[in-house]
Amino acid sequence: MSYQLPKFRHPDLPVNALGYTRAEYEGAISTLCAGCGHDSISGSIVRACHELALEPHKIAKLSGIGCSSKAPTYFLGKSHGFNSVHGRMPSVVSGANMANRDLLYLGVSGDGDTASIGMGQFAHAVRRNLNMVYIVMNNGCYGLTKGQDSATADAGSASKKGDPNPFSAIDLPGLALQLGATFVARSFSGDKGQLVPLIKAAISHRGFALIDVISPCVTFNNNPGSTKSYDFVREHAEATGTVDFVPMREEITASYAAGRTQDVTLHDGSVLHLEKLAPDLDPFDRVSAMVALQNHTALGQILTGLIYMDKDSRDLHDVMETSRRPLNSLVEEDLCPGDKVLANINASLR
Amino acid sequence: MQALQSVNEFVIKFANVNGTGSASANNLFAKAIFRMGLPVCPKNIFPSNIQGLPTWYEVRVSERGYLGRRGGVDIMLSVNPQSMPQDIQEVEPGGYFIYDNTKPLDLRLIRSDVNIFGIPLTRMCNEEYQDPRQRQLFRNVIYVGALAALLDMDFAVLTGLVEDQFKGKDKLILPNIHALELGYQYAQKHFECPLGIRVRTADKVGDNILLDGNTALGLGAIYGGATVAAWYPITPSTSVVDAFDRYAKRLRIDPGTGRKNYAILQAEDELAAIGMVVGASWNGARAFTATSGPGLSLMSEFLGLAYFAEIPTVLFDVQRAGPSTGMPTRTQQSDLLSAAYASHGDTKQVLLFPSTPKECFDFGALSFDLAERLQTPIILMTDLDLGMNDNMSPPLTWDDTRRYDRGKVLNAEQLEEMERYGRYLDVDGDGICYRTIPGTHPQKGAFFTRGTSRDEYAVYTEKGEEYEKNMHRLMAKWETIKEWVPRPLETTSEQPTDTAILFFGTSEESSMEARDYLAEDGVPLNAMRVRAFPFNDEVESFLARHERVFIIEQNRDAQLRTLLMAEFELGPDKLKSVLCFDGNPISARNIRKQILQQMPGYNVTPLRRERLVAGAENRS
Repeated sequence: MSYQLPKFRHPDLPVNALGYTRAEYEGAISTLCAGCGHDSISGSIVRACHELALEPHKIAKLSGIGCSSKAPTYFLGKSHGFNSVHGRMPSVVSGANMANRDLLYLGVSGDGDTASIGMGQFAHAVRRNLNMVYIVMNNGCYGLTKGQDSATADAGSASKKGDPNPFSAIDLPGLALQLGATFVARSFSGDKGQLVPLIKAAISHRGFALIDVISPCVTFNNNPGSTKSYDFVREHAEATGTVDFVPMREEITASYAAGRTQDVTLHDGSVLHLEKLAPDLDPFDRVSAMVALQNHTALGQILTGLIYMDKDSRDLHDVMETSRRPLNSLVEEDLCPGDKVLANINASLR
Repeated sequence: MQALQSVNEFVIKFANVNGTGSASANNLFAKAIFRMGLPVCPKNIFPSNIQGLPTWYEVRVSERGYLGRRGGVDIMLSVNPQSMPQDIQEVEPGGYFIYDNTKPLDLRLIRSDVNIFGIPLTRMCNEEYQDPRQRQLFRNVIYVGALAALLDMDFAVLTGLVEDQFKGKDKLILPNIHALELGYQYAQKHFECPLGIRVRTADKVGDNILLDGNTALGLGAIYGGATVAAWYPITPSTSVVDAFDRYAKRLRIDPGTGRKNYAILQAEDELAAIGMVVGASWNGARAFTATSGPGLSLMSEFLGLAYFAEIPTVLFDVQRAGPSTGMPTRTQQSDLLSAAYASHGDTKQVLLFPSTPKECFDFGALSFDLAERLQTPIILMTDLDLGMNDNMSPPLTWDDTRRYDRGKVLNAEQLEEMERYGRYLDVDGDGICYRTIPGTHPQKGAFFTRGTSRDEYAVYTEKGEEYEKNMHRLMAKWETIKEWVPRPLETTSEQPTDTAILFFGTSEESSMEARDYLAEDGVPLNAMRVRAFPFNDEVESFLARHERVFIIEQNRDAQLRTLLMAEFELGPDKLKSVLCFDGNPISARNIRKQILQQMPGYNVTPLRRERLVAGAENRS
């Protein structure tokens, strides 16, 4: 395993619209286990941000505690990061987002961080439709404390220790749909072709965008009998369709089979190009999404891809009618009413 | 029978049922006294309940300007049969008991040493009004009218107040004045007015205002530039954010766009509330939360993060009686230790102790400057007594030339000129490092904020020496903080003395009043009011200069005394305790008694521990 990130970069690396190579979006070298699904997700985040030509310093990456929450060190080294406390990343993002609506908030969490200790904060960030991308690196187990089952482990699934999990699993996309999430997707760390456009679409979405990424834990939960192993997920993943994300600046050039495709324009003018594979799913209908999710679960399949999106989503700032200028940019003149007003207030208190 | 005689110095207590609209009538009474130029101190004593349980409103009237609880009741106005047995017992010998005699008083309750006046309030209302709600509401206004006659109040002040109160709802003015007159006429006709206790117009309030501490804090947050408020409702702190909301709607709407220059988030719990404050502050906004004891416990993990990662954080703790749910609507100063050392590991938190609404406003606004200057949580410790009661206070003022102290924050130009930025590099040697706000510079200034150990460049490390260096720097910062927090206020006795009292927050008024009594008793005392933790050097030298210092506070465990002993490594002999923790604000009489009992030579009845524990000594 390498412990140093090579400084050398190929001189002809492609640059994006800002003139940045992908290296500008990378982070420190990962200290996660070799083959960890989380590193693939980090790679997808790097690719998505590079291809979208986002300014790294306009992105804030935040996390809680756990293997997943260490991951933000390993991407977007030019972005501010915040490794907060266990299960509390959503509240930190909520405050940060209130302070400055102009940054992109990328929350990274794990299944323990989200579905157990952080369940309350996750649920409430969803229902407020906080404008953020929320990526769950979901491996069904607690890695840092050596492999205990987490709340997303399927009933009957066994980790390396061998005991089948006796409790029912919390399905995060299903839960998020019920809570009113406006963008819900699921993907697999091993499927960058699907994950990268989903991350791009989530970034362009205005509101809470959940991507539940199944990300096998190679050390504790990649054995036969586990439903979160590479092999199991590859065999049981069932895509809703293919997703292609086209930024506003580009023309749609790819050709798709007629009749099964749909273009959706996002808030920032980008276009989401969907090719449907799951006939029972209308990803713009919440009930249809919930039914499809349940149906696939009943068949023992893992539905991946874009599951639901609300095209008319209004985020928390829209609802609260906060200033369009970031609140952290306001100065005394905007904020302090001055002594004269205070004199009037005093007069009313006599 | 001897009847108490006094002009402009007395305690009157109203006994009501909560949820019956008594609060506004009682308030009308207190404000009328205030408008007559008399210092007044009303205190709500209310149950954790919305409707049906006994509630009291105690008003201290003092031309001499004593604003704390004195102890004892001179006039009891009781309209609640539930609490009458207790109410009549509280009256001082020679005092007055005024009650609703629609139903005759239980003969067993009658005390021969108390002057008893019956007014058939319920019957009068039943005869006058048809609507049940009106019968209930006007009953309260009628007794205020009766008091106007009994105490010789200026009736025009009362009618003026009613007019002010119902401005815009003008059709309510006349019925209220009518109810006042009903009571006034009844008292004039049936009793010899005024009583031995009465009021006379004076000129003792100057330009003071009558305001509760929580509203002052909400205003302090407005003036201090807070843009994000995150909170979870909890008594007695709720009215802080309510006030912020109310004034923000008036004062913080952008005139051009009509949009809000603030955001209020009602969080799912206190953990989220403080997390939101930490997130917003990290991102360069001024943010705060308000809570009480149980919330403080829940917030402690984030307070440790904010201490260690050095994120400005503002928390207003309106203390109530603990532990656990305790007595949610009763006052105490009992969160001191849990706030001072909030969170696991070695932590020390900055505390501010306001004692008046004006100080709530000033310290409230100052909290944001200090939090950003010192890059650490600022916990403002107020309490239910100050927060939820109207207190007479100097008027609020603001210096329009004042600029917010944003502390050490690097902008893009400064970052551009830097070779390498280190978030935890102590460049100035004061323990406070330079921070950056996300989004400032495309290439420089980004770092990873974390609760894990890191080096001076914010890079994760588990090297013991790096960790230790950082912890030492935080202690160096702690020394710097002493120079920034408000200094204590000292009052020196005219007679030389080696004995002193030391107190904070809402114990001030009663302590200073007790000090006057004790001077008459032959016990001259120097006094110090501590206004912040860490304690400044003045506190240490004050303690050193005195043989014996009584630490006056409103909790069982002498928490301020413990803090003083721990921080100054003092032995327990020098510091004596004066405590009150029954949920009522500490009274001057109580303080006087406890100090006398502990003075050598005055120790007539030794303070027995079991009595202290039972709380018997703490009732005034």
